[in-house]
Amino acid sequence: MKIKISIPTERIHNPIISESIIETGISINIMVANIDSTYGELIADVNDFRFDRIKNALEFRGAIVSILDRPIHRDDEECVECGACISVCPMNVYCFDVDWNVQVDEKKCIQCGMCIKMCPHGALKLGE
Amino acid sequence: MVRKSIHEINRKIEDGDVNVVTAEEMVGLVEDLGVEGAAKEVDVVTTGTFGAMCSSGLMLNLGHSESPIKIQKVWFNNVEAYSGIAAVDVYLGAAQISDTRGIQYGGAHVIEDLLRGKEINVHATSYGTDCYPRKVLDTTITLEDLNEAVLLNPRNAYQNYAAATNSSKRILNTYMGELLPNFGNVTYSGAGVLSPLSNDPDYETIGIGTRIFIGGAQGYVIGNGTQHSPSTGFGTLMVKGNLKEMNPDYLRAASFTGYGITLYMGIGIPIPILNEKLAAATAVRDEDITTKILDYAVGSRDKPSIRQVNYGELRSGLVQIDGKDVPTSSLSSFKNARKIAGELKDWLKRGKFFVTMPVERLQGEGLVKLMKQTQAVPLVKDVMSNFIVTIKKSQTVQDAAKKIWENSFNHLAVVSDSSELVGILTAWDISKAVAENCFDSVESVMTKKVLTCSPNEPVDIAARRLDRYGVSAMPVIDMQRCVLGIITSDNISKLFARRY
Repeated sequence: MKIKISIPTERIHNPIISESIIETGISINIMVANIDSTYGELIADVNDFRFDRIKNALEFRGAIVSILDRPIHRDDEECVECGACISVCPMNVYCFDVDWNVQVDEKKCIQCGMCIKMCPHGALKLGE
Repeated sequence: MVRKSIHEINRKIEDGDVNVVTAEEMVGLVEDLGVEGAAKEVDVVTTGTFGAMCSSGLMLNLGHSESPIKIQKVWFNNVEAYSGIAAVDVYLGAAQISDTRGIQYGGAHVIEDLLRGKEINVHATSYGTDCYPRKVLDTTITLEDLNEAVLLNPRNAYQNYAAATNSSKRILNTYMGELLPNFGNVTYSGAGVLSPLSNDPDYETIGIGTRIFIGGAQGYVIGNGTQHSPSTGFGTLMVKGNLKEMNPDYLRAASFTGYGITLYMGIGIPIPILNEKLAAATAVRDEDITTKILDYAVGSRDKPSIRQVNYGELRSGLVQIDGKDVPTSSLSSFKNARKIAGELKDWLKRGKFFVTMPVERLQGEGLVKLMKQTQAVPLVKDVMSNFIVTIKKSQTVQDAAKKIWENSFNHLAVVSDSSELVGILTAWDISKAVAENCFDSVESVMTKKVLTCSPNEPVDIAARRLDRYGVSAMPVIDMQRCVLGIITSDNISKLFARRY
């Protein structure tokens, strides 16, 4: 599953991620990382069955962990199937099928929002 | 030799035994039957395209109010339209943006809302005359209330359009969509195999008066489009159609982030197969239609071409740039282009649409002209300081301080042994080195990521770059990264001081 790890300012100098990985022995695949001297936010993929353990380890050290369960949602009325979204998505969520319909694989979405800005028809939103 | 007349084909349409295929189907037919066989077999080939066509708009007539007004300025849902034509005739441009909502809503949205039967607020003002005494008007209208609502698009259905990419280090928001840094993606527009003018590149049957599918209605080509450039293969069409007969499936407002509003138009054109030459032309494949990939990092009208590419490659989803696979995005919808060609085929087969010969041919030769500018923006080379002090990266910080002091010049261009620009060093960098007590070579204290510009860039582009990155000067370099001069904010302020 895709998770978001937020690291608040007061913990930014601690090696939270490394310590949690070493302690639990659970590897996480970091897909997006924005960290500076004031704040950190990471998006990572983790095995569903190991989520609770890594979450506990991270939160014990002051991080905030949430599951990304609001993937991109397409408004089928607005979408004209142009495919503008395809090349800006870092996770290959979008592709054409054989009939040139745009297929959406929400499971891969990391909610980065690139496609929302790209869509000329305002057809993409983060789901409710 | 195959010879057919429009009348013969129209008689077949009337009798319901016309043979129609889409331009996509025609490719295989010509492969199987040969050009002559296909020309005998097929009567009409349908094309289609569905994409962003900014140069579109609505000519409408509101009817006269009581008391009457000669509209001087007018807004539809806060989007201004042009009314310098008689009293209540108005032209609403698709790309016009809302006074209150900016690029979220514009002329194209008003047109789509009208088509969907929505009520539109109208606000108009005037100076008042004896015959038109009213000065202000506020009302709401729907499409039904208008006398005429004619879509009148000055430039649609480009024969060919260049694809876009971005060599710079930041995201560009353009009318070709979001272009990712370092050639991160390529965007393109056009229906390739189904593209109307690509299937009749000599404009033999597409001309003034040609009946077409436009936005789901039957409309007409009324001439070549603006910027028609047949000699370079960039023909365009001016078209019209009755909005009241259109269908929102084929007319959609859109907004490109950071750019603005546009109208997605669905256009389909039938090509009557009168001879073998037309049969051969309509067998054009994606692979036969080539265009350039232009670098939008260059903010000039002459964008450098990165490479040639054909629509087969573009539509495969990946194109190669410098040996790297770069993903592509289509901005036009091939699915809808196919739907349009299919619907037009259906109309012809059911006797609802008849083909035409042009009343007059489109210009087959000619080039688009560039703007004549009488107040040319000066170029970087016109205002830069030719005098520049350089220093080798291996020299000491003290050498640098001395050079700055002797030349009273605040920026040192740092160069390699082969005179290539490798960094920049300012008095501020030296103060910092002194403050941190770090006196090493110039290389260790200089700024390595230098913003640069080329001598032939317009000054306003350079000024925008200085402003965006908050720096006060940029070295001017040639293709070999040799330093030619420096442009500073001083140079630019002097330019204005001289002028005003």
